[in-house]
Amino acid sequence: MTITLTEKAAKHVANYIAKRGKGVGLRLGVRTSGCSGMAYKLEFADELSPDDITFQSHGVTVLVDPKSLPYLEGTELDYAREGLNEGFKFNNPNVKDACGCGESFNV
Amino acid sequence: MALLQIAEPGQSAAPHEHKLAVGIDLGTTNSLVATVRSGLAVVLNDELGRSLLPSVVRYDADGSVQVGFEPQKRQAQDPKNTIASVKRFMGRGRHDIAHLESIPYDFVDAPGMVKLRTVAGVKSPIEVSAEILKALRVRAEAALAGELVGAVITVPAYFDDAQRQATKDAAKLAGINVLRLLNEPTAAAIAYGLDNAAEGVYAVYDLGGGTFDISILLLSKGVFEVLAAGGDSALGGDDFDHRIFCWILEEAKVSPLSSGDSRLLLTRAREAKEYLTYHAEAPITARLSTGELVDLTLTTEIFNEITQTLVMKTIQPVKKALRDAGLSASDIKGVVMVGGATRMPQIQRAVGEYFRREPLNNLDPDKVVAIGAATQANLLAGNRAAGDDWLLLDVIPLSLGLETMGGIVEKVIPRNSTIPSARAQEFTTFKDGQTAMAIHVVQGERELVSDCRSLARFELRGIPPMVAGAARIRVTFQVDADGLLAVSAREMTSGVEASVTVKPSYGLSDDEIASMLKDSMAHAKDDAFMRALRETQVEAERLIEAVQAAMSQDGELLSDDERGRVERAITKLQAAVAGDNRRHLTLAMDDLEAETKEFAARRMDKSIKKALAGRRVDELGNGLEAKGERA
Repeated sequence: MTITLTEKAAKHVANYIAKRGKGVGLRLGVRTSGCSGMAYKLEFADELSPDDITFQSHGVTVLVDPKSLPYLEGTELDYAREGLNEGFKFNNPNVKDACGCGESFNV
Repeated sequence: MALLQIAEPGQSAAPHEHKLAVGIDLGTTNSLVATVRSGLAVVLNDELGRSLLPSVVRYDADGSVQVGFEPQKRQAQDPKNTIASVKRFMGRGRHDIAHLESIPYDFVDAPGMVKLRTVAGVKSPIEVSAEILKALRVRAEAALAGELVGAVITVPAYFDDAQRQATKDAAKLAGINVLRLLNEPTAAAIAYGLDNAAEGVYAVYDLGGGTFDISILLLSKGVFEVLAAGGDSALGGDDFDHRIFCWILEEAKVSPLSSGDSRLLLTRAREAKEYLTYHAEAPITARLSTGELVDLTLTTEIFNEITQTLVMKTIQPVKKALRDAGLSASDIKGVVMVGGATRMPQIQRAVGEYFRREPLNNLDPDKVVAIGAATQANLLAGNRAAGDDWLLLDVIPLSLGLETMGGIVEKVIPRNSTIPSARAQEFTTFKDGQTAMAIHVVQGERELVSDCRSLARFELRGIPPMVAGAARIRVTFQVDADGLLAVSAREMTSGVEASVTVKPSYGLSDDEIASMLKDSMAHAKDDAFMRALRETQVEAERLIEAVQAAMSQDGELLSDDERGRVERAITKLQAAVAGDNRRHLTLAMDDLEAETKEFAARRMDKSIKKALAGRRVDELGNGLEAKGERA
């Protein structure tokens, strides 16, 4: 199992990291909060911690902590545009149900 | 599924708690809104991918309101109900507006600010601006899929308090929480990251469609201070179009023109100007309504020649601003270019030659102000990266204080304090039984009230009668993030309170601030002397007051001869108070103190006797102990 980025998402991530001027990659994770149990974490990573599991996708390093990995396995991160809004979207096969807005979810 | 943005490490927001903040460039001609997405400041476009929103508002008879491109296009058809460049009227009275008679709107004179009569009723500039801000808010909320926490809105550096307050009011009306008003040149400097750059003086050259502004900023400890500002409110990119237009008329020998042909040729002129930014020559072709064909080629050389006077017209205010700041071109560490018209190579060259350095121009000059505002909004909303603990601060240009006895200024918030700022100081009563206190808020660097600028006066009433010096009156000065001052006074034992918000019509121009500062330096010595004199005078008055009170209370303790001597000493001191010789004054005070020394001792004895009379010694012991515990 693995975590991947779509090509579009990878392009945006690479661009953001380049403009930011620092960072070793993109950190994905989950934490237990939110109206429906879990919430995603999506952050720049400035350093690799020893426990991190890393994936390479379209030239971008993705870091995931081992506790989050079971909830994220098989996830594909996409970049989408909805009307005027745009941003990253988790296509996570583990999700059973999510809250109305999709910002938090259950597995 | 919600769309997420990449956060800084450790900063992922909890669901539904994203702090959405935007920066708004509320311009005279065009407005923009920008935000920080995944750490990157971007301008938010409308459905058609356009970033600019023309600052034009049209009112219809049915009460509907349109903002942007549509009203801009139809401006000529319905000039009275289509309001453009409303920024020029913000916070302005009728007499403040130049060439009022040549503006096509139906002005209504209202106290404080002009209003405009439209088919949908009388509208204040605040209401018109609010419509523009509302349109930007709707755009931002659609683009960010959520409600805004707040916005940073930019204003010209020369905007006074009235104009700033009007901008804040417009935001409130549009349902926008203003995190801060930010000076436009400061926003541009932030967009270029100069707030993290070396300390020093920077120039911001802003040539927009119809206005030119030059600002000289001093950066020290992450704080930008506007040292000088200048410009020309009737000079901009449009004038360059007009020069080309005139050249076309001359070269093609066509005239007079219908208004449709004029518009067509002006459009061709603008296109040629933009084309010349990247090419050596621009073709101009147009078929007029008369059937005539205009077919010309405008070369860079000709363009430079016909617009040279315009370019030079922008350098004059630059020179003046530098002179006002007491600096020369070589003191400038960097020059930021703002406004679409700065794309013209001859402008870049002229500015580069004048400052003898390459101007900063790699950001889109139309967007740079909005981008800086968005960066600031992101920080103020709390979306800060770890280690990114700087926060841009503006400063108070002149000290704020209040009048104390003798017309002396007690500074409560010193000049160059960063805003927002709040300071409190305790004051007390001067006379026994004093039940009211007048609070006079002043601004300036001088020591005497008469040399400072009066901002406001109010009274604190209902102070319980106490002996002089016993009341504790806490006066709090609060300057919010936009530089607006609120002063409150509270008597601490009774809790009576009074407050005032400084009327925004007291704005000072940068020139006035500069001259007030210069005065304070020039008069530093006189001021120090005057302050010492006044303080001694107040001290002397207090002494006279106390002696007179004591004499009326315990006059029988003095012999007639003694009383005569004390009274003579008082008269002498009163005469010295009226004069301005501090040495005479202190001598007279010493005399009076010497004459009353014996009197004071007798009074002390008398009051001790009174306290001891008729009480047993053991009673007194307890009483003293209890007192000791309480202390």
